[in-house]
Amino acid sequence: MTEVKTMKSERIRRILSYVGGPYMALAVLFLVCACSSDVFLKPDNLLNILRQVSYSGLIALGMTFVIVSGGIDLSVGSLFALCGVCSLLSIRNFTPVQPVAGMSPELCGLLLGGAVCVLTGVIGGLLNGSAVVFGRVPPFIATLGTYSIFRSLALYLADSGTVSTENYTSEPFRPANELLTKIGECEVFGMSLPGLMLIVLTVVLGVLLARTAFGRHVCAVGSSERVARFAGIRTGQVRFLTYVIIGLCVGVSAFLAAGRLGSVSSTNAGLFYELDAIAAVIIGGASMSGGRGTLAGTLAGVLILGILSNILDMWGVAATLQGLVKGLVIIVSVLIQKKG
Amino acid sequence: MTAGETSPVLEIRDLTKSFGPVSVLKGVTFSLGPGVILGLAGENGAGKSTLAKCISSQYRPDSGTIRVNGSCFTVPQEFTLIPTLRVYENIFLGRELSRYGFLKKKAMILRAQALLNKVGCTVPPRKMVSDLNVAEKQKIEIAKAFLDRSKLLILDEPTTVLNRMETETLFQILREFREQGGSVIYISHKLEEVRTICDRIVVLRDGVLVADEASGDLSAEEIARRMVGRNLTRIFPPKRPADPGTDEVLRCENVSSGREVLDVSFSLKKGEILGLAGLAGAGRTELAETICGFRRRSGGRIVLNGTAITRPTPDRMLRAGLSYLPEDRQRTAILPDFTLADNLTLSSLSRYTSWGFIREKRCREAAARYMERFRIRAASPDERLGNLSGGNQQKTVIARGLDSSPSVFIFDEPTRGVDVGARGEIYEFIHALAESGVSCLFISSDLEEIIGCCARVLVMREGRIRGELSGDDVNEERIMFLATGVK
Ligand SMILES: Nc1ncnc2c1ncn2[C@@H]1O[C@H](COP(=O)(O)OP(=O)(O)OP(=O)(O)O)[C@@H](O)[C@H]1O
Ligand SMILES: [Mg+2]
Repeated sequence: MTEVKTMKSERIRRILSYVGGPYMALAVLFLVCACSSDVFLKPDNLLNILRQVSYSGLIALGMTFVIVSGGIDLSVGSLFALCGVCSLLSIRNFTPVQPVAGMSPELCGLLLGGAVCVLTGVIGGLLNGSAVVFGRVPPFIATLGTYSIFRSLALYLADSGTVSTENYTSEPFRPANELLTKIGECEVFGMSLPGLMLIVLTVVLGVLLARTAFGRHVCAVGSSERVARFAGIRTGQVRFLTYVIIGLCVGVSAFLAAGRLGSVSSTNAGLFYELDAIAAVIIGGASMSGGRGTLAGTLAGVLILGILSNILDMWGVAATLQGLVKGLVIIVSVLIQKKG
Repeated sequence: MTAGETSPVLEIRDLTKSFGPVSVLKGVTFSLGPGVILGLAGENGAGKSTLAKCISSQYRPDSGTIRVNGSCFTVPQEFTLIPTLRVYENIFLGRELSRYGFLKKKAMILRAQALLNKVGCTVPPRKMVSDLNVAEKQKIEIAKAFLDRSKLLILDEPTTVLNRMETETLFQILREFREQGGSVIYISHKLEEVRTICDRIVVLRDGVLVADEASGDLSAEEIARRMVGRNLTRIFPPKRPADPGTDEVLRCENVSSGREVLDVSFSLKKGEILGLAGLAGAGRTELAETICGFRRRSGGRIVLNGTAITRPTPDRMLRAGLSYLPEDRQRTAILPDFTLADNLTLSSLSRYTSWGFIREKRCREAAARYMERFRIRAASPDERLGNLSGGNQQKTVIARGLDSSPSVFIFDEPTRGVDVGARGEIYEFIHALAESGVSCLFISSDLEEIIGCCARVLVMREGRIRGELSGDDVNEERIMFLATGVK
């Protein structure tokens, strides 16, 4: 009886030692912000922060899998743009004129856009995964390549411009796009859809990483691929799947972002998202060399970065200097974790 | 031997050390004069490596004093070589020869060559460490010890991967070192070796020093008795005679892989323990890795349980019923940052899931069962595996192999770094396994255990099987003849 108890407390201590740091930092930051600004604590502001971070946050969730398995994905920002462009283009060009299977044309168009967006993300992930697993290209290099490829495709498809509603009024694209924008703006339980999605996916993916055999295998492969192979784990398959997961996350994120703005800029969409995502994962306590990391930690990392840029805005820190603060936070957080 | 009392090289008084609630060393006191080889024996987890690490100030003792007179060098139990560097670069790591900030590469290679010659290692100094086998790595670790003129050498299980001749070479060097006034602390589970090379033997049991005597006064049995605190019965269970009538479980036909494995054919019967002997570098590990799908096969056929495996991969072989205990525990078998339970269930996780979710409780219960069955010493199943002593890590890896209920189990140096008591347990385990119908391929450099366990033995040299022995032919002379090719 007592032994079971000590085992439990030991386990809790171990989990705390993984995510305790990031959440402590989050709490401190939260307190500082709450004391120094009276706008900060307003629900509107908090929800706004949540929405702002959710796009790169969703990607960070997928990035956690990739990094824990010992890989890295630099292509996510470009893939984000490509997903958005493909999605809006397909809504624009293929939304049916007549209802299909009892669904209004605009709903069909919306579903089509969503499917294309997520599918593009998954295909991007498949490409990365294939290059890394079958081509044996180191992840850094493989995704550096696709980083360039995806962005270039997005620019080509969108004529280096923005795919949007403003100058394109033909039926039935317009209503489909309005519906899309509604999705982007829609609120559930007072929360924006992207924010809610972030929290839901954190829980779902968190369970996948911490509680399933697949998640355990991801950690094992990241700890030592050789040992994992000898233990009979299909290491190639595991690593492949992590890239598919992040592709999926990018697709979902891109669709929500497209809905929010009603348009996608092929030059600017998703710019630097890879860095934000990696930073969040690292602040969340994952090891850059793989084997260790949690989704809860990553969520803390995402929120820390979001709150930070929010409060810096409120304090009136020049936008040009915000990168400096962010950079310091990343380095300091890793330093602290090393010590602990 | 000479003037030990006047100026001891090492003096330890009331040394205690604990990790959290686990106290590992409990008041150890002894001193060591110059020109003495001291044997340090004890069960797995008795605290030998911890003591060595305290002496070399890798760990800070909780209380007590350690005085080292002069410099001290440790050859650690776990390898510390950097795989991406060359042999000579590893030897000189942190002690590089340079002039005006530029490395003196030629000089270093020459020195390295001399050191390698001294320890009887034929590897060229420019070779990458990642291309070496464990015996070669061990010899390089030993060579590092002789780069500086240390007064005190600590060797933590240096011979686990060495064969008899290599061990003899090491003893020669150690005796020379002793002539020159150097002192050695020699940690090993091979008690006969300890008795041969050491002048004095101290025994640790659960962190307490229970014996400190001249080696002539202690027989191997006596050392073992002091180590475990009870009488040990005969260590090899009775041999199981090879029964030609039983079914064949694993058959290799003309299996080749690169230049390391050439044209190997053999068959393994149900419930048999087949020995695979040979010197280090004979291709035994490479053969095992080819069979279990880790190395690419360049020719031949492997038939497991009646089906030919066309494209073997480790996971396919595992699911087809083949478990493998790798030789290089650190690099290929354990995840030190995972808990004991997580390591143990890694190969058979699907048994511990329901609806796709891992049942942690079931994992830990299984781990607790194996801990009891194998007497794995750890605070709990949630202990980090890297914190366990070497022998206990080994038992955990064996338990992992068993947990996927194999029909063939390949043991590559299964008793590497395992204490006498536990070694007996492992032999008994392998026998019980064979008894229950599992076929075992038993790879070992330790002739005594091959002879003690196997009724049929294959001997490899330079990638080929040079002969098969059975019955009374399984003896040291015949095996050595086939393994070396000279009488
Ligand atoms: N860093 C550590 N943290 C916690 N416990 C440790 C640590 N290092 C060693 N231990 C524990 O201390 C005990 C003694 O370990 P040690 O490695 O000294 O044993 P050993 O006598 O060298 O055994 P072996 O013959 O198996 O190598 C073990 O029970 C081990 O679990
Ligand atoms: Mg040890």
